[in-house]
Amino acid sequence: MDLEFSAAQEEFRQKARAWLAAHVPSDPLPSLETEEGFAAHRAWEGELAADRWSVVSWPEEYGGRGAGIVEWLVFEEEYYAAGAPGRVSQNGISLLAPTLFDFGTPEQRARVLPPMARGEVIWAQAWSEPEAGSDLASLRSTARRAPGGWVLNGQKTWSSRAAFADRAFGLFRSDPAADRPHRGLTYLMFPLDTAGVTVRPIGRIDGKPAFAELFLDDVFVPDEDVIGEPGQGWRIAMATTGEERGLTLRSPGRFLATADRLLRDWRAHGDPADTALRDRVADAVIGARAYQLFTWSNASRFEAGEAIGAESSLNKVFWSEYDIGVHETALDLLGADGELRGAEGFAGEWSTPDGTEHAEPADRTGTTDTAAPPGGTPPPCRTPPPDRAPPTDWTPPPDRTPPTDWTEGYVFALAGPIYAGTNEIQRDIIAERLLGLPKGRR
Amino acid sequence: MRFLLDDEQRDFARSLDGMLTAADTPAAARAWAAGEHAAGFALRQRIGAAGVFALAAPEAYEGVGPSPVETAVAFVELGRHAVPGPLVETVAAVALLARLAALGVPEPAERSLPTLVGGGASATLTLPGAGPYALDADASAVLLAAGDGEVRLAPGHAEPRASLDPARRLARLLAGGEVVASGDAAADAAGRALDWAALATAAQSLGVGYALLDRTVAYVRGRTQFGAPVGSFQAVKHRLADVLVGLEFARPLVFGAAVSLRDGDQSAARVDLAAAKVATGEAVYGAARAALQLHGALGYTAEYDLSLWLLKARALRGAWGGVGRWRERVVAGG
Repeated sequence: MDLEFSAAQEEFRQKARAWLAAHVPSDPLPSLETEEGFAAHRAWEGELAADRWSVVSWPEEYGGRGAGIVEWLVFEEEYYAAGAPGRVSQNGISLLAPTLFDFGTPEQRARVLPPMARGEVIWAQAWSEPEAGSDLASLRSTARRAPGGWVLNGQKTWSSRAAFADRAFGLFRSDPAADRPHRGLTYLMFPLDTAGVTVRPIGRIDGKPAFAELFLDDVFVPDEDVIGEPGQGWRIAMATTGEERGLTLRSPGRFLATADRLLRDWRAHGDPADTALRDRVADAVIGARAYQLFTWSNASRFEAGEAIGAESSLNKVFWSEYDIGVHETALDLLGADGELRGAEGFAGEWSTPDGTEHAEPADRTGTTDTAAPPGGTPPPCRTPPPDRAPPTDWTPPPDRTPPTDWTEGYVFALAGPIYAGTNEIQRDIIAERLLGLPKGRR
Repeated sequence: MRFLLDDEQRDFARSLDGMLTAADTPAAARAWAAGEHAAGFALRQRIGAAGVFALAAPEAYEGVGPSPVETAVAFVELGRHAVPGPLVETVAAVALLARLAALGVPEPAERSLPTLVGGGASATLTLPGAGPYALDADASAVLLAAGDGEVRLAPGHAEPRASLDPARRLARLLAGGEVVASGDAAADAAGRALDWAALATAAQSLGVGYALLDRTVAYVRGRTQFGAPVGSFQAVKHRLADVLVGLEFARPLVFGAAVSLRDGDQSAARVDLAAAKVATGEAVYGAARAALQLHGALGYTAEYDLSLWLLKARALRGAWGGVGRWRERVVAGG
């Protein structure tokens, strides 16, 4: 049992770190849940892909580096430590791509994956329907056989990223006569900009169009866009949702970076007498480390050839609740600034605990300097790189994450226990499949 | 990077589990609570023969260590079986004496380690900033008092006081006695002892948590109300699911702390140890609350064996300093 990385893994870490240091935008991108931000994040995907950093775990032929799971986790740590943008392609990369690797044809992989890796085609998921949420197998949208393909009808909803995405994937009822609800479903990919598809964006709780309703009215999909065998969609989709809950949707790197920011903010601005808040900061640090080690443990099992099954539900419950908790703690630390909302990224001023204000530098950097400073005691902090030195009349503000980074993250985190299978469904899975408790009425 | 127990470590856990299952440890814990130490001493000898105390000592003193990962493996099993006695304390004392020897003070180690390592006797101790009481001093041959810049062999102990956990008794150590180390060596060795105490307690606590969960799962599967096993009701299922989430995310912290104690630099190791202490304290206490609630009134009786683990969970949460103190270490960075 060890936590040592091989020389090759360390070299990979250094390569990723160097690339990110040179490429991560110094100005934060606008929220990816806005039209402008979506476009900016799409462009960032292209920049990542140009140097093969968008899908490091994929085979080289599709734009990846053939990296193993340990390297992938290392990359994710570096990615978020560098303050790099959120991944607008995440639905495609972490949900559709694993499905294509397991169930797709070589033709589908060759056609779908490279443009996904480059951010040229961004994918939305189309699972839920107005009457089919946790009980997904009761879905009603249909796929009807037609010459050379299928004709889709029905309504999908809560489709993340669909407001600006290019294509979507989901389940449709292809055999209404099947004896059980989860039989007779087919897994299909379809364009969002084609005749018969109406996309109606839905404002999430802060109003940003983070998801959408999809109305499908005689939408033709060719046979080549069916994944796996018709009628086998449920089995295939469950494999995908396993990925979603499991190792690939939320890497520990993201939470380690968040906990590090919180700890830094606490050390710079926390009231040492507020031990109740200090304890919550400690729990945020502990939780990120727990999630990291839990993931290393699963990665080791995975590398040893073990399958990660229902355990992914433990993961999903943990990270989704952790994410809310760490943001709540940050907002409580911010006090009055904890309600500041940044629709387009923070570009204003923040106040100190005594109510005075600090000007925000125009070119706030998103980089993290992880080198230990002389003396070694202060934690890593965001500092402008030498080529982006602040104006000489500007005094660096207190080393502190802009409040709006926390409020944006908080709003995003609130959805965690709901999507990707609600935490109630996850707890049922944990109780029945891991603890062996009897099935009962939901 | 291979963050997984190897076959040998798993076999070690299985063999301890098998030995302790056959040994009727609940009866030994109840006897210990009544002041009858014979069964507990016999267990200690078997645990020593299995090599558990040797894990904290170097080869020069008949040890096989330092082996924090294997120590964690062992203490999960000791907790799972509610084994009574100053086991954590003996390991911490072994680590303290071994550290003193490494710092050029070999005599106390030469005198006490062979017996402690072999399981022939127990030690107990108090450490600076980690509470005033020594566990089970009346059942210990070696009484170490660390603090005020020295390590003493205490000449005795005050009258033991009862713990919430009847199988634990707490006593202050008497002043005076032989000073075996002082200055930097004493402080360093006491710090090392606290590291091992925290690790072993976190692991023991985790084992207590799994025992509580396993017993509660078995109970709710069998207990029928409204014509169905109560374990089929969502309110019950979800509570137990949360217990498993808590334990499964505390577990890697315990083994991560063990690896850090073995391989890492000291301040990183101390953050990890503190994290493990806090996380097991919370998760295992949560497991105890859920276990009590889901057993109903039965769990609230002294007669039912569940109480052995319920009360130990509470006691271990506060052992070696409260959770706030350990959280403070996390935020301070070690």
